[in-house]
Amino acid sequence: MQKKRLFSRIAVASVAALILAGCSSGSDSASDSGVPKIDMMKKLGAGEGQVNVVAWAGYVENGSTDPKVDWVTGFEKDTGCKVNVKNGATSDDMVALMKTGEYDVVSASGDASLRLIYGGDVAPVNTDLIPNYADIFKNLKMQQWNSVGGVAYGIPHGRGANLLAYRTDIVKPAPTSWGSVFDANSPYKGKITAYDSPIYIADAALYLMATQPDLKIKYPYALDQAQFDAAVALLKVQKPLIGEYWGDYLKHVASLKSGGTVLGTTWQVNINLAKGEKVPVEGIKPTEGSTGWSDTWMISSKAKNPNCAYLWMNHIASPAANAAVAEWFGEAPSNAKSCALTADPNHCATFHAADDAYWADVYYWNTATETCLDGRTDVKCVPYSEWVKAWSSLRNS
Amino acid sequence: MLDSVATAMHRRPRLRLAALLTAPVLWLVVAYLGALATLLVTAFFTIDSFTGNVVRKFNLDNFHDMLTDAAYKNVVLRTLGIAISVTLLCSVLAIPMAFYMAKIAKPKSQKILVALVLTPLWASYLVKIYAWRTMLEPGSGVVDWLLGPIGIHSPGFGGPAIIIGLSYLWLPYMILPIYAGLERLPNNLLDASGDLGAHNFYTFRKVILPLIFPSLVAGSMFTFSLSLGDYITAQIIGGKLQMLGNVVYQNFSINLPFAATIATIPVSIMALYLYLVRRTGALASM
Repeated sequence: MQKKRLFSRIAVASVAALILAGCSSGSDSASDSGVPKIDMMKKLGAGEGQVNVVAWAGYVENGSTDPKVDWVTGFEKDTGCKVNVKNGATSDDMVALMKTGEYDVVSASGDASLRLIYGGDVAPVNTDLIPNYADIFKNLKMQQWNSVGGVAYGIPHGRGANLLAYRTDIVKPAPTSWGSVFDANSPYKGKITAYDSPIYIADAALYLMATQPDLKIKYPYALDQAQFDAAVALLKVQKPLIGEYWGDYLKHVASLKSGGTVLGTTWQVNINLAKGEKVPVEGIKPTEGSTGWSDTWMISSKAKNPNCAYLWMNHIASPAANAAVAEWFGEAPSNAKSCALTADPNHCATFHAADDAYWADVYYWNTATETCLDGRTDVKCVPYSEWVKAWSSLRNS
Repeated sequence: MLDSVATAMHRRPRLRLAALLTAPVLWLVVAYLGALATLLVTAFFTIDSFTGNVVRKFNLDNFHDMLTDAAYKNVVLRTLGIAISVTLLCSVLAIPMAFYMAKIAKPKSQKILVALVLTPLWASYLVKIYAWRTMLEPGSGVVDWLLGPIGIHSPGFGGPAIIIGLSYLWLPYMILPIYAGLERLPNNLLDASGDLGAHNFYTFRKVILPLIFPSLVAGSMFTFSLSLGDYITAQIIGGKLQMLGNVVYQNFSINLPFAATIATIPVSIMALYLYLVRRTGALASM
């Protein structure tokens, strides 16, 4: 009898919990089509003592990876803002982390920045409060991925290309084309890697853009259904060649080192880390060009430490910090004055910081939308949510 | 003061019961059932395709996507296969081990053996799986080095590696309940069976196995459910293979409602499993 009563109480309570859950879900309004109106900061106040950062691995280094690589400790001493960093493995990770509201700033790539802006997760940035903004390269400011309607939503950080990594002692002759990772008869079958994110579909589209002109792909993030299907079909051909897809960059570097991976897409920073461990590895931008990124520091609309966040954005855009991070990560800096401060005087030349021709065939990550980003109006393009589904299906088939 | 409270409690059994149960019931309802209910509700929501914000409108699209895409059927079958293999492998390894511990080893070494079985649990899950990653590394790993000369090669990263890794992780959870079950089993039953002319295997099949069956079921609930929900092992030593947990992990940041939909699969499989276990009567004699 007693037992029964207890159960009935539990039942009542769980029903109550369900109703509560239902109520709370009703109170949040669904997102609307326009950009949510969020006020930008007017005046800088005193630092809050800490700032919570979501960043790509290698963007926020305090000397714990390599004692010589440190542009955080000085900032912490000068401003009293302790920097807590959380690395995101993919843009999707970063969007999810920013949605929690627990982080103040994020280094968002182009395939995350617009989603964050339209999702109301980031606030406009008052560039007057960031003195170093003045020195940023002009052609990186107020671009399609970091501003909406003439309002800046972030501070450009730097840009780079996704490279083709190969073990120089194993892969001979050295590859020159992305074709080497899509070749069904590759001698390196089982030792090829690819980036574990839906955005990798663009890499397949980029290769098709160069090799199958019939498909008429103009921009790898604007794919109509037929073009999209061709890209996914190519990835299905590639799957048997793949040993591991990589999302965790440390595991990826370990795999390059052990020889489990000998060929595949990578970032310059991974090449640098592997070379640091004496791994015979090289990274190239293949003849077809490459996908890449142009990153932006953005501030959360729910930032709990907005002052430290602004101080951080100003610091990371400063010539010294921007030079250090660009050199460590292996990307082109965004601050024009950085080029004079890199340890390697040729860094800006090597990474083509001011060389617009080099960037002509680098397609920065972008968020695919139903409205084709290449300007076509006669067809509908496949939106990013479908990319996610296709990727999930490919990975689990 | 304390005495008077105790006296008051003693006089009012209802109050006593309430004081005793409030905390656990709250935990059960809010943290446990509440989370499950939220999961179930979220599974029927959808997301804004551009911003990724959850749109709280009831629909069945997620279930439709899940049921029509063959990839998800494959991953369910694959995960079930792995969980069943891990459970079988663990039982096959655990029964002789537990039998030795409970019936053959001297009382003194019994304690040492129990401690030894428990020691792997002191190390972090991640450390153990990364250790397996190094060991199974094709060509350079210790498995190839050790077994290569006799013609056995590392399976590389994939399904077999996941089964090995998970079996290693969950083996103690299988050994301990079987050991406890065997310890309760009176030795004279085995002697009687032998005296009546039964062979060892016959004794095992007809006497030991039925008596330790509840323990085996208890162990299998651990190994099966833990394997069913695992995703880290698959991430580290699974190569490009994915389990159900990986699908959830892959989707929860981009499409939380779809991840919730996928997460209802292991929940229902476990519910079915427990129902089947209940029908065998093993739960009652546990």
